[in-house]
Amino acid sequence: MSAVLELNQVAKAHDSGNGQRVQALDGVSLSVEAGDFVAVRGPSGSGKTTLLLIAGGLLAPDQGVVSIGGRDLGSMSAEGRARFRAENVGFVFQQFHLIPYLSVLHNVMTPAVAANIADAPERAEKLIAQFGLRSRAHHPTARLSTGERQRTALARALLNRPKLLLADEPTGNLDADNAGGVMAGLSDFAKNGGAVLLVTHDDNAAARADRVVLLKDGKQADAPAG
Amino acid sequence: MEATPNAFPHRDAMKIWGMMWREIAFRKLNFGLALFSVSAAVACLVGTLTLLRADELRTDRLLAKKEAEVAKAGASLEDAIRRITKGLGFNIIILPEDQDLNEMHLEGSLSKQMPEEYVHRLAKSKIVTVNHLLPTVMKKLTWPETGLSVVLYGTRGEVPIQHRDPKKPLLDTVPEGTMIIGHHVSQKLGLREGDETTLLGHKFSVGKIHGERGNIDDGTVWINLAKAQELLGMRNLIHAIQALECHCAGDRISQIRAEIAGILPGTQVIERGPPALARAEARDQARQSAEDALARAVANRRELRGQREAFAAVLAPLIWVGAAVWIGFLMLGNVRERRAEIGILRAIGFRSSQILLLFLGKAFLFGILGTLLGFVVGALAVASLGEMPAGWELLRNPEAPIHFGLALGLAVALSVFASWIPALSAARQDPALVLQEE
Ligand SMILES: Nc1ncnc2c1ncn2[C@@H]1O[C@H](COP(=O)(O)OP(=O)(O)OP(=O)(O)O)[C@@H](O)[C@H]1O
Ligand SMILES: [Mg+2]
Repeated sequence: MSAVLELNQVAKAHDSGNGQRVQALDGVSLSVEAGDFVAVRGPSGSGKTTLLLIAGGLLAPDQGVVSIGGRDLGSMSAEGRARFRAENVGFVFQQFHLIPYLSVLHNVMTPAVAANIADAPERAEKLIAQFGLRSRAHHPTARLSTGERQRTALARALLNRPKLLLADEPTGNLDADNAGGVMAGLSDFAKNGGAVLLVTHDDNAAARADRVVLLKDGKQADAPAG
Repeated sequence: MEATPNAFPHRDAMKIWGMMWREIAFRKLNFGLALFSVSAAVACLVGTLTLLRADELRTDRLLAKKEAEVAKAGASLEDAIRRITKGLGFNIIILPEDQDLNEMHLEGSLSKQMPEEYVHRLAKSKIVTVNHLLPTVMKKLTWPETGLSVVLYGTRGEVPIQHRDPKKPLLDTVPEGTMIIGHHVSQKLGLREGDETTLLGHKFSVGKIHGERGNIDDGTVWINLAKAQELLGMRNLIHAIQALECHCAGDRISQIRAEIAGILPGTQVIERGPPALARAEARDQARQSAEDALARAVANRRELRGQREAFAAVLAPLIWVGAAVWIGFLMLGNVRERRAEIGILRAIGFRSSQILLLFLGKAFLFGILGTLLGFVVGALAVASLGEMPAGWELLRNPEAPIHFGLALGLAVALSVFASWIPALSAARQDPALVLQEE
C-alpha cells in the first residue's frame, strides 16, 4: 500500500520572539498509509501541533519533504495547497472551531464552498444523521453541548471524503462518553480506508491507534502501539 | 437510518454569498454601523446636492418673476413715454452755440445760423439718442404786405437717419408755394384755405389753417424750407435742427448732448419738456433702480450660493473621509473577531481570494444598501427641512439618476476602499498562528 501521508526528515523552528529559535520539530520522518490510524503523543511543547499543521500544509517546514497521496506539498503554491486541502484533507481541533453564525448543517457544509462536492447536501445530511445530530441540524452551534460540537466538527471534516484526517486533541475538551463517540468516528474512518493522524494526550484515545509516534523536544522516539 | 423528509428542507449548496448573509445576520450591529456610516455619507451628499439645487431653482424662479415684473413695468413705462414724447412733437433743439436762448423763449425767433449740411452730417452719423431730424429756420418778422408780426417757420420733410429704418414722418412737408398758417394769423388777415397771398414778394396759396393752440403756433407761418432760406437770404443755412429724443432710459439729455457734441461741435442742445415728461422720467428712474435692485439681488444670491457650495465642498469630503475611517475600523474589528474562523476556513481549504471576497462582498453590500438608504434619508431630511417640493424634485428631476449613480459609485468605492486593508489582512492571515493557540 502506498502512503497517504509521508514526512521525510522534517524540521521546523519557530521564532520565540526574543530573537531565539525554538526547534519545534527536528528530523521527523513519518508515513501514514490508507487505513492507518496513527497517534502522536508527547509532552506539551514537544511539537505535536506543529507536526500536524505541517502535515496539512498549513505550515511550511524549514527542511524535509511533506507529501500527501504522493504529491509534494512544498511544490505547490499557497493557493494550490488550499485547493489540495479542500479536496484531500480533513481537520479536527480541540477547540472545535465551528463557525458561530452557521447552523450545524451549514457548518458541515462549509467544505463545499471551498471544494466541488457534487452531493454535498445529501452527504451532509448523512453525516449529521450518522453522528446523531439530526435534531440539531438547524441549531446555531452556540447552543450545542461540547460533544455535539466536536461531532459537528468531525462531520465537517469528513464532508469532502478526505484521504487524510488530521485531529489535534479532539477529545481534550470532552467527557469520556463523548470522547468515545469521537474516537469511534475516527476509527470508522480508518477502517473504511482513510488515513488518520491523531495528536492526543489521552491514553484511551491512543489505545485505539494502530501505531503511536512519540515526540520529545521535536524529535521522534517511535514506540509500538499501546 | 430512517429519513424524515422534513428534517432537511433546504438542500442548498451554500456559497460565499450565503455565508456572508448569515454572518451579517449574526453580527447585525457591525453591519448596521457600517451601513449607517455609508447612509450618512450618501444622505449628506444627496442632501447637499438637493439643497443647492432647490436653492438654485428657487432663485431662478424668484428672479424670473422679478424680471417679468420689471420688464412689464418697463414696457408700460416705455409706452407711456412714447405716447408723451410723441404728443410733444420735437422736444430736442440743436442750435448754434452762440444763440441767445432768451431770444427764442421771449420772441420765438432765432438769429444765429449754422450750415444746413449739419443735418446731413447728423443723419449719416451713428447717432442713437435722437430720431426725426428736422432742419428749420425760424424768424420773427413783420409781414410787409400785411403789417402783421409773425414767426416765419421754414421747414421740410425730415432727414432720415441712415443707419436706421426710415421713420414715419411726424410732420408733413409743406409743399413749395404753399403756406400753412396759425389760427391767429388766419383770423387777423381773414385768410381761408385755398386763398392766395403774398409774402415778401412771393405768392403762396394757403394750404391749411391750424386750429387754435393757445401758443406761439397761433402766430406762425409755415413755408417750405428752401423758400424760407431764399426769402431770408439764408441759402444753405439754418437756425436749428429739431429732433425727437428716443425713449431711452436714464439721464437722457446728457447722453444726447454728449453724442451730438461729438458730431456737431459748436452747437448747443436744449430740451423742451413739460411736467408729464418729468413724471415719466421719475418712473423711468424708478424702473432703473428696480433693475439695479434686481441685479444686486441676483449678485447676492449667486454669492450666497457660491459660499454654500464652497462650504459643501469642504464638508462633504470631510464626512466621507470620516465615514471611510469609521468603516475601516469596523471592518478591522470584524476581522479581529473572526481570526479563528479565518484560520479554520483556511484549514478547510478556502483560498485567500475567497476570504477576501467574504469581507469585500460585505463591503460591497453595505455600499449598495447604504446608498439606497442614504438616498431615501437624504430626500426625507431635505423634505423635513421644509423643502418638500425639492425633496420630490430630487426624485423627479432629470438629474436624479445621475445623483443616484454618483452616490452609488462613490459609496461602493468608499466601502470597498475603506475595507480593503482589513480584508487584505484577513486574506493574508497565517492560519497556523490561530490554530496553534489553545
Ligand atoms: N508560532 C509560534 N511561535 C513561537 N513558538 C512557537 C510557535 N508555535 C509553537 N511554538 C513553540 O514550538 C514548540 C512546539 O509547539 P507545539 O504547539 O507544536 O507543541 P505541542 O506539542 O502541540 O504542545 P501542547 O501539547 O501543549 O499542545 C513549543 O515550544 C511552542 O512554544
Ligand atoms: Mg498542541
